[in-house]
Amino acid sequence: MTDLLALTALEAHEAMVAGDLGAAEYTAAWREAAAGDELNAYLWLDEGGEEGRAIAVERDCVAPIAVKDIFCTEGVPTTAGSKILEGYRPPYTSTAVRKLIEAGAPVLGKTNMDEFAMGSSNENSAYGPVLNPWDRGRVPGGSSGGSAAVVAGGLAPWAIGTDTGGSIRQPAAFCGIVGLKPTYGAISRYGMIAFASSLDQCGPLTRTVSDAALLLGILQGRDPCDSTSVGLEGGVSLPDREDLSGLRFGVPVELGRDEYDSGVRAVFEQTLKKIEDLGGEIAEVSLPSSEHGISAYYVIAPAEASSNLARYDGVRYGMRAGGDGDLIEMYETTRSEGFGAEVKRRIMLGTYALSSGYYEAYYGQAQKVRTRIAEDFKGAFDQVDFVVTPTAPSVAFELGEKTDDPLAMYLNDFFTVPMSLAGIPAISIPAGLAAPEGGGPELPVGFQIAAPAFAEQPLLDAAYALEQRIGFDARPEGLGG
Amino acid sequence: MAELEAVIGLEIHVQLATKTKMFCGCELSFGDEPNVHTCPVCLAHPGVLPVPNEQAIRYALQIGAALNCEIAPRSIFHRKNYFYPDSPKAYQISQYDIPICGAGRLGDVRIHRAHLEEDAAKMIHVGESGRIHGSGASLVDFNRGGTPLVEIVTEPDLRGAAEAANWARLLRETVRQLGVSDVNMEEGSLRVDANVSVRPAGSDQLGTKTELKNMNSFRFLQRGVEAELARQRELVEAGGTVEQETLHFDPASGSLTTLRSKEEAHDYRYFPEPDLVPLAPTEEMLREAREALPELPVARIARYEEMGLASDVALTLATDPETADYFERTAAAAEGVEAKVVGNWVTGELAAALRQADAEGGAAASKVSAESLAALVNLVQAKKISHGSAKTVLGIMVAEGGDPEPIVEREGLAQMSDSGELEAIVEKAMADNPDAVAKIREGNNKAIGAIVGAVMRETKGRADGGEVNRLIQEKL
Repeated sequence: MTDLLALTALEAHEAMVAGDLGAAEYTAAWREAAAGDELNAYLWLDEGGEEGRAIAVERDCVAPIAVKDIFCTEGVPTTAGSKILEGYRPPYTSTAVRKLIEAGAPVLGKTNMDEFAMGSSNENSAYGPVLNPWDRGRVPGGSSGGSAAVVAGGLAPWAIGTDTGGSIRQPAAFCGIVGLKPTYGAISRYGMIAFASSLDQCGPLTRTVSDAALLLGILQGRDPCDSTSVGLEGGVSLPDREDLSGLRFGVPVELGRDEYDSGVRAVFEQTLKKIEDLGGEIAEVSLPSSEHGISAYYVIAPAEASSNLARYDGVRYGMRAGGDGDLIEMYETTRSEGFGAEVKRRIMLGTYALSSGYYEAYYGQAQKVRTRIAEDFKGAFDQVDFVVTPTAPSVAFELGEKTDDPLAMYLNDFFTVPMSLAGIPAISIPAGLAAPEGGGPELPVGFQIAAPAFAEQPLLDAAYALEQRIGFDARPEGLGG
Repeated sequence: MAELEAVIGLEIHVQLATKTKMFCGCELSFGDEPNVHTCPVCLAHPGVLPVPNEQAIRYALQIGAALNCEIAPRSIFHRKNYFYPDSPKAYQISQYDIPICGAGRLGDVRIHRAHLEEDAAKMIHVGESGRIHGSGASLVDFNRGGTPLVEIVTEPDLRGAAEAANWARLLRETVRQLGVSDVNMEEGSLRVDANVSVRPAGSDQLGTKTELKNMNSFRFLQRGVEAELARQRELVEAGGTVEQETLHFDPASGSLTTLRSKEEAHDYRYFPEPDLVPLAPTEEMLREAREALPELPVARIARYEEMGLASDVALTLATDPETADYFERTAAAAEGVEAKVVGNWVTGELAAALRQADAEGGAAASKVSAESLAALVNLVQAKKISHGSAKTVLGIMVAEGGDPEPIVEREGLAQMSDSGELEAIVEKAMADNPDAVAKIREGNNKAIGAIVGAVMRETKGRADGGEVNRLIQEKL
């Protein structure tokens, strides 16, 4: 059994195609592993009942997958981590999941997440926090915390999540796995419950860069149901690059020492050396507007969210509360009881930012910053092939450590938000271990590589070469490694 | 105080007659069972995305071409946010600062803009009044939700209630002839709101306006605007000021009630719809929209007036293209006859004869072919039959069809060509009416009618009126 679960998704797929591995046996082993979830990572598991019928796979030949509970799955509970969607079973399936099913990847289950993808710790889920498999007293990151935890915790071979400002990359970093946010438009958003439509993007959370490439290849493509989707021309090949010679990696000069922990810094600097070992060149680049990224992001994303989440009104589906009074009373009661504190905070921020008289000062200004950030990256990519940063300012923090301080929580996205605003692809790979600032056992540190729009292939190739050189093989306690 | 001038602008919502909705594949329908034409997209389930309907874009471009609008190379969809059960997403996808159609003109009225958007669902308020006040419950029918709409906004160029209603009729006819909408006001596929204000005549400042919502006929539009103009004039003349508000006109009572005051106006928090890319029509789409235009009412009116037709006849024909085409075929066949005369025959005598016979459809659908009508008009022009006889013949043609000549012959309606015979009849009529003859001699020319009438009775209308008159004068 253990041997089966040790295979990467790519290895399992190749073995199944070659006839060396029985798909039924392999999937069953994973279903059994998933059923042992002690991390509160799954919100729903396919136990072979009627519920999962509409998303069943005809013939499995691809590793089974865990799906963030933000993707609509016909007949299967889909909550986006919110009480307001408790018991909601969508009448349709998202394009991303449909592509997985068509490729032959069975859905293992739906993973826990921050409510409507708003959060960096998974503590904003209406269904309780997900625990980090490396240290159950710590957060797995968010918002795709469940998807990261199941992959790191041996509860799924791989998973999909969504990234709006870092929601794939940061939990991947906290859990010591690979997380890729593709270019905006690479993967269809149809059926992916919207948080901030101009930023949301689906992506893989995997053990290896090769698995991420395999999964991206299945997911990418233009979708007639999503006007903003374009796909990746030429598809995705499995990476096999061995060195980084001739490639330039830009480190933003704005990366001050104060923004992140010394342990993270040490791993980051070691990783830069490994890039040089592989023949890559390290250069300085300037991204002067990036420091305003968080401010712009926390105007644009809540503005879009305030509109996207307005449909949860208790009229057609999901939770309805009140109703003894008039329509307004029903709206207010439903939304007061159905949404959590962070969601309400962002709806209010966004509503304010779009209000008459404030629009230009907030939303208009934030869009200008966004354009500048995109231009900064364009300028940088004239000089270098990639921009590199730590993925997150710290290793995984303790449960409850930042829940009372939203601003400290928001700063977790400091390194990931600029790429989201620019719409460019970025990957986080595990680069080493570091002790938390307050002391304790060492935890994974992520290394982020960003590339120009639609340069996923060179990005995966470079990340693969670096991944081989780093040779990260640490595993959470109890999972060997 | 200077006289107060009316300043009126219109906002017209046109439901497009596409096969499917604006942003999903659901069929459009009217009058079907509630909530059968719905899908996850138009019910706003979590995660769905809009996909624009290409046919709706093409129809909007046709409207833009018909209204001589500038077409935006890249127009933008916006979200208009508001909470109400008729709006399942809690926002309407509409256009805001860059509409697909910019400035244009129809007749004497400038078009400010025309933009694409989606219709709301239909609310049914359970209760006697059918209005929300006092109703116990409200139901939502999402069949209509997501129907493509073009909203046309005019500049405030209209100066009276009747002028506004007439222009709205012209617009309706223009859109109808494009074939892009049913333009049925009762069914709501054409909805008109009016922005009404008054100002001292000659001023170039605009007064504070009120908005009259959703008048469902041109008559109600005219009456509603009249009522509101009267209210505003009275208010201003008494030294008061008009408050900005949205009003409902109740045609039954003729009263205006406030729907929303300025303070209650929504803040719609418009922002660019991130789920859609800019709408950039291709050259081919623009060309097709222009080429698909039929000759529109405004152009026809101008051409017919050029041909010598009276304005009202030109308007009547321009708003009925089938009859207008019939008129043109008749005019072509009736060689040598003035177009004006043919126009009068088509819109006057023939229309009357069809009405009298309760005939279905217009001239083009009748048994009277354009060639036969032309032949009849030619007979009259050549004085082969009298005008009165021609009407009789036309009545028979409406009932039976066929050419006029055999009917004239069969009915013995040929104009009397033997002046000796007519002379005898005139002499007899004068002899039979000595009183009338005496009166004429005394200078009372009206009395001549009695003698003419007697001649016409005797000849069954076959006599030429002018000739009869001449003979009477001669005999006196």
